Amino acid sequence: MRQLLLFIIIGITGIIFISRLFYLQIYSSGDENLYDDNAIRKVYDYPKRGFVYDRNGNLLVDNQPSYDVMFIPREVKPLDTLDFCNLLKITKEDFIEIYNKAYAYSPRLPSVFIPQLTKEDYAALQEKMRKFEGFYIQKRSLRHYQTTIGANVLGDIGEVNDAIIEKNPYYKMGDLIGKQGVEISYEDILRGVKGIKFIQKDRFNRDLGPYKNGIYDTLPKQGKDITITIDSKLQEYGELLMQHKRGGIVAIDPSSGEILLMVTAPSYNPNLLVGRARSKNFTKLYNDSIAKPLFDRGLKAQYPPGSPFKVLNALIGLQEKVVTTEDQFYCRMGYYLGSRRLTGCHAHYSPLSMNDGIAQSCNAYFANVYRRIIDKNGNPSEGMDIWSNHVKSFGLGNYLGYDLKIGNKGRIPDSDFYDTWYGENRWASTYNISNSIGQGEVETTPIQLANMMAAIANRGYYYTPHIIKKIEGQDIDKKFTTPNYTTIDKENFEPVVQGMFDVYNKGTASTLQVPGIEICGKTGTAENFMKINGVTTQLTDHSIFVAFAPKDNPKIALAVFVENGYWGSRFAGKIASLIIEKYIKGEITRTDLEDWILRYSLEHEYEKPYSGEPFGINKNTTLEQVDELEYNRLKEQLKQLSS
Amino acid sequence: MVEAQKYFKFDWITIFLFFLLVGFGWLNIVSASHTGETVNYFDFSQRYGKQLMFIFLTIGLIIILLAIEAKFYERFSSVIYILSMLSLVGLFIFGKNVNGATSWYSIGGMTFQPSEFAKAATALAVAKYISDLNTDIKRVKDQISVLAIVAIPAILVLLQKDAGSTLVYGCFIFILYREGVSPAYLLITLSVIILSLLSIKFGVLITSTAMVLIVLTHHFTRKRKPLLIQPISVILISVSICYGVKYFFDNILPSHQKDRITIWLSLEKDPEKLEHMKKTIAYNLNESERAISSGGLTGKGFLEGTRTTGKFVPEQDTDYIFSTVGEEWGFVGSAFVVILYVLLLMRILHLAELQKSQFSRVYGYSVAAIIFMHFLINIGMVMGLIPTIGIPLPLFSYGGSGLWGFTILLFIFIKLDSERINQW
Repeated sequence: MRQLLLFIIIGITGIIFISRLFYLQIYSSGDENLYDDNAIRKVYDYPKRGFVYDRNGNLLVDNQPSYDVMFIPREVKPLDTLDFCNLLKITKEDFIEIYNKAYAYSPRLPSVFIPQLTKEDYAALQEKMRKFEGFYIQKRSLRHYQTTIGANVLGDIGEVNDAIIEKNPYYKMGDLIGKQGVEISYEDILRGVKGIKFIQKDRFNRDLGPYKNGIYDTLPKQGKDITITIDSKLQEYGELLMQHKRGGIVAIDPSSGEILLMVTAPSYNPNLLVGRARSKNFTKLYNDSIAKPLFDRGLKAQYPPGSPFKVLNALIGLQEKVVTTEDQFYCRMGYYLGSRRLTGCHAHYSPLSMNDGIAQSCNAYFANVYRRIIDKNGNPSEGMDIWSNHVKSFGLGNYLGYDLKIGNKGRIPDSDFYDTWYGENRWASTYNISNSIGQGEVETTPIQLANMMAAIANRGYYYTPHIIKKIEGQDIDKKFTTPNYTTIDKENFEPVVQGMFDVYNKGTASTLQVPGIEICGKTGTAENFMKINGVTTQLTDHSIFVAFAPKDNPKIALAVFVENGYWGSRFAGKIASLIIEKYIKGEITRTDLEDWILRYSLEHEYEKPYSGEPFGINKNTTLEQVDELEYNRLKEQLKQLSS
Repeated sequence: MVEAQKYFKFDWITIFLFFLLVGFGWLNIVSASHTGETVNYFDFSQRYGKQLMFIFLTIGLIIILLAIEAKFYERFSSVIYILSMLSLVGLFIFGKNVNGATSWYSIGGMTFQPSEFAKAATALAVAKYISDLNTDIKRVKDQISVLAIVAIPAILVLLQKDAGSTLVYGCFIFILYREGVSPAYLLITLSVIILSLLSIKFGVLITSTAMVLIVLTHHFTRKRKPLLIQPISVILISVSICYGVKYFFDNILPSHQKDRITIWLSLEKDPEKLEHMKKTIAYNLNESERAISSGGLTGKGFLEGTRTTGKFVPEQDTDYIFSTVGEEWGFVGSAFVVILYVLLLMRILHLAELQKSQFSRVYGYSVAAIIFMHFLINIGMVMGLIPTIGIPLPLFSYGGSGLWGFTILLFIFIKLDSERINQW
């Protein structure tokens, strides 16, 4: 024993040491790599973010330099806080708060102290930077908008949040990422790839030079420029027409599915969301729950489409051969089942056939057609599904698949829908007759309606609407160049197109004709409701208009939606005509329409529900003009736009 | 023929292990001390260059040590011991203060640390005393004499604020045990250490209560009960040790040593203070553990350790040299070093047991025990297993005195061993 004791102790010591080494180096070592190594400073080299051009090559978005004050909490040494805070224009309390927050995030990792300094602040700070240990300046690039329009399309970039960092390790605290519009849709393309330099530090945080002579360093990859399908002049014109109104316009080139303009009103100047002011302005826009400037009405406003939907029922009726263009139906100021009036209608001659049915937007005509479709085989379930499939083939009832990140599915009911609602086989076509005229359970968004117009304009197919036209050095997604066919045969479109042409010619939009352009359109109104103090109250109808032009070889298909604008041709129709004329001719001959639209405002209509007073809708509303000063301002803007 | 046989008598395994450790140690000194991007191994203005020079000089030293007649070491051990003790005493007058310890002579730009040589001298003196025919180590009188031989250098270095070296002298308890003193000494030492740690960690009250309960239970369950005075005196002594240690810890121990023990025993519960301690007093330990940990299985490679290059671990080429091994050579390299030490120590012990003369055996045992204490304290400290105590890693750490001290210690034994045949 006496001879063995030290032997044993030495052996045990060896085993304990090796176990400890195992614990330290293998068990709890984790995956310490260059990125986590606090002996290596990581310096990022941010690439140029790609520019955005419109379809005519006009530069819309480029970059401007910006400087972030970064810091590593653990490395901050006592400093002249007063001087520092003065330079950055913050208070000492701000300093402490930012510091503590970053320390809680990580004492070892860089955090943003103050983002996006102005050039002047940067110059002042730069001179004294040496005095503030633990702080450094990271140059970044901010967006610079060459225009004040198209905020909903162009979008904006902002700092990444913790959730993004967790999901995608490419992003580090303080990095910028697309937040809305094309910036988020094409983030990967616009962003490029940042370069990184690894720098060996010593424990006093001094740089010792490139780590391993920079063999792991990478160069930044520049972001690619993109061209979007928007016609910025047209977009600007659309936004101008929508001043003092709320709503959305989406116009598509039917021959390619390119989105020519996408207006939402009210909107905002994209420059509001640049730099340090972003969070403040964003909060302001976000909190405006009445005007909802961040709500893209062109993509998201989901309502019953109203009369524009009738043309689909006409197409389906022809396709299912339950109606011919010659079949006539009576209208007794509405559609009656026995003595019960299922839908009302307005005054027009009767009986009428398809052409006049569309042109006069006769509810009774389409109620008849709809019932014939649903009851074709005596089985409303089967009829309903056939109808639903036809409708869905126009891109309704689901996301369209366009390249912007927001939207709504809309709603196209089918037999399951009514089975759940009423019980299996406990319903008939009369239960949902409102679908015939685009009310009832059918709901769509403006971009879906514009796309539906494109499909009709093309007589049976559409290209998935998209905002991307060109990407520097690569092709756009194939799905945007592949046509989607509807379930309606080509020959069935002609009578319907003719009917829509007659809407302009002699029907509900006859006052909106544009000389020299054969426009096909359809007016619409959508009833809508709002809860006021818990009571569901009906508001003035939304004014809706869909159209495409010219009738042959169409160049533009669009949907206009004006909140509480009342009937279709009252606001939406005028705007549609003007946009079509502007796009096709490049100038406006219907200046009377233009004047009218600029002059009349719907602001008073929007204030009604919030006034706390009882108010009248539809027939009981009056038009109100903007004041002379504002009118002149708009005219001035218009003049600049034309020049 | 006879001449040739003489060389083969040296234990080449030990010599091989010695050079392996010195060589590998030097590579790590290069890593830990290089400053520029390019390493010029013969740049004598750099620490790794100096160390290389020390290593070359060591070879000369070894030749001299092996050339000296073995009997010389035994015969002159007392003289060597006295001279060595005088050199330690001389420090109080001529010593130079480095890092708070007055343990250096400075002669013309060269510094020299006599405590590194005192260990070998003490080992010689202890071996000489124990192997003397008039000595019976079982006698208390002789035990006290040996204790005195060891205590003199231990106290001298402690006065020079080199607590690490003092601890090393504790290793002589193993030699005494090997040579026949009662195991009670070892048990008592162990008990005192455990009692001390328990009273610091859990407080005096809990520890003494537990002690009283254990002793009384033991006493009353025994079949043949000795006089009650026996357990009572055990209790009294234990309790006073508890109180004494606690008092010493709270009031006498220098605060930096107290903090190290606080960290080691996780006494500090306030997370904020603990975080602060990690950045201040436990900074070395924290960085050293991180450096070792970052090495992973195979390490980052020679001269590739980012923490080593960035000099994150202070004293990394001396006391914390093992963290360089950990970072650059990983688990494989570190375990290899640990195994080398274990092999070296076991080889020495094995050789010691083979000795025919008691002098050689006791000396060999002392060599193994001294190197073992360094190994235990240094690597244990660098990996956070025991509290921070400044002590070099033998043959590995930067420094001429240390290297030569251990070379002398070891090669005297190799010489003694080579004459084993002639011993009786």
